Amino acid sequence: MEKEAQQFVWEGAIPLQVHLHDSEVTTLPPPSPALILAPRIGYLPLLCPQLKPFFSEALPPGVDTIWFEYKGLPLKWYIPIGVLFDLLCAEPERPWNLTVHFRGYPGHILIPCDGEDGVKWSYINSLKEAAYIIHGSSKNVMNMSHPDQVELWRSVMSGKLDTYNLISSKLKLGIIGDEFSGKLNPSPLKGQHSANDTEATAALKASRIPVRLYLWTVNEDFDDLEEAPHFDSWDQISYINRPVEFKTEGKYFTLLDAVKSILPELYPGSSNTMNTESKNEQKVEAEKESYPVIKLLRIQGIEPKMEIPFSWVVNNLMNPDYFLHICLYIKVPKPIGT
Amino acid sequence: MFFVCRSFIIFNIELKIINRETTLLDIRYRGGSSISLHCLQLHLLSRMISNTATCDGSLTSSDFHMAANAFADKWKKFNSDFPEWLWIDCSNRLGFAAHGVSDGYLSVQKVFFQTSLKEEHGECSSNDCEEPFDDATLSSGDDGHWYDFHLVYSSSYRVPVLYFHAYSSDGQPLNKDEIEKSLSTESVNVLKESKWTFITQEEHPYLNRPWYTLHPCGTSEWMKLLLAGENRTTENRMEQYLISWFSVVGQVFGMRLPHEMLKSAC
Repeated sequence: MEKEAQQFVWEGAIPLQVHLHDSEVTTLPPPSPALILAPRIGYLPLLCPQLKPFFSEALPPGVDTIWFEYKGLPLKWYIPIGVLFDLLCAEPERPWNLTVHFRGYPGHILIPCDGEDGVKWSYINSLKEAAYIIHGSSKNVMNMSHPDQVELWRSVMSGKLDTYNLISSKLKLGIIGDEFSGKLNPSPLKGQHSANDTEATAALKASRIPVRLYLWTVNEDFDDLEEAPHFDSWDQISYINRPVEFKTEGKYFTLLDAVKSILPELYPGSSNTMNTESKNEQKVEAEKESYPVIKLLRIQGIEPKMEIPFSWVVNNLMNPDYFLHICLYIKVPKPIGT
Repeated sequence: MFFVCRSFIIFNIELKIINRETTLLDIRYRGGSSISLHCLQLHLLSRMISNTATCDGSLTSSDFHMAANAFADKWKKFNSDFPEWLWIDCSNRLGFAAHGVSDGYLSVQKVFFQTSLKEEHGECSSNDCEEPFDDATLSSGDDGHWYDFHLVYSSSYRVPVLYFHAYSSDGQPLNKDEIEKSLSTESVNVLKESKWTFITQEEHPYLNRPWYTLHPCGTSEWMKLLLAGENRTTENRMEQYLISWFSVVGQVFGMRLPHEMLKSAC
């Protein structure tokens, strides 16, 4: 399976302009903002070693616990930076202006984070969850040797894709063997799956794909992403883990098929939905106008066409935790609850 | 240590056949032997599953809804002096109606645990399991803590997950240390040896806030054991699922299901 775009994802970075929150500035003049490139696949607390020295002189005495906010919204550190950016900046803002805090951790909104260890813990937990979805067991992750665990985590932190691929291939989490991609792209490269055909067949059968959806529903319409209202609370965003059941059924499985299987409510009348049999066509037609529509679907900063093979999307655009993180803006025509 | 299962809570498991159809699991916290709830490594009883493993220990989200209703009904019937479990419907949480499935979770609020009774409680021998909730009462004394429990379905692990929120009488949330202190003495002893495990803080999937939870990664394995050997119809099995599951996780908080509830499931 070709993974040519994976390299770009791993090299992807968001330029950040990080401001120290006013309430924590004790010096005059206040420190200038820090400019820093943050890897898409990285996590915010991992920037602490670079940001702390930059701001330390301005900080009041006390214990440091780093957290970030964007326009007043505390950022969840366990969501990869690239996903936060895709989700919260409808119209990409570069550099992305974030505010950093070292005091007053909002524990009622954010899970506590004990530095790099906490992020590592969260990453491995996520990897374990992905392994469970794919294999029905987290054993491969849990049984990793200690040096492999360390090496895997380091490769994610430092963006070393070669090392990552080498170690993660031992987990046998190669998700999709899609015969149609081979036909579309007649490259002789078969990847690691060919090493063990039984393994590949088994993976093909298992075919549950770890997907995290970040879903934002808006009531008012907007044509331009610049006009999209911004978030002020996480309550506006639904965060869902729904594994995608990968089916081929004679044709290749597209991104659209995957979205349909996760959110059948967006596609009334589709054969994938569960309770269409009782509806007559006229009714479906009438209801269509009142159905929610996707305004934006963004993965790793791009808006892929819905017709492309889902296997390509997963293999190239997934995060190192084996989850495909999808940001979705959905417009609901009527106010919620009516 | 690097890994997720940094340490284990130790249990003794004793499977006790009550009659032909009912298997009562009595799990006790003890210092000496070999099972972890957090990421369960069940070595034992493999003989029992090898021939009858018709269920893989997991359930679907619609099964969960069904099991949740059955659980809430039985609970109400046999624990009428205890707060009720209510199904919180979240079908509309995406801003549009969920499709074909009832999205939501099971919730019980304001469960009071009197801390002073914890000391006397200690271990549960297999004989006194018929007196449920001797330490979880509804009295309104000050020397205790309040708990909200949510049973949430995890579509990744395809099992129920227990989320909980603990607070003192004045509404202040308890931190992890305070929660551990309010657990049974034996749990506390084990937790002392294995800091920061077993209970973790994660984002509540419906509330978008940090809640405490018992990690679900081993659940399907021990549920497979619990449900093994039972010749039930699928429907019965689903009804029984949450009851069996809660008979294990409830014990972390000293809550034991009444005997009738376990029996009536058959």
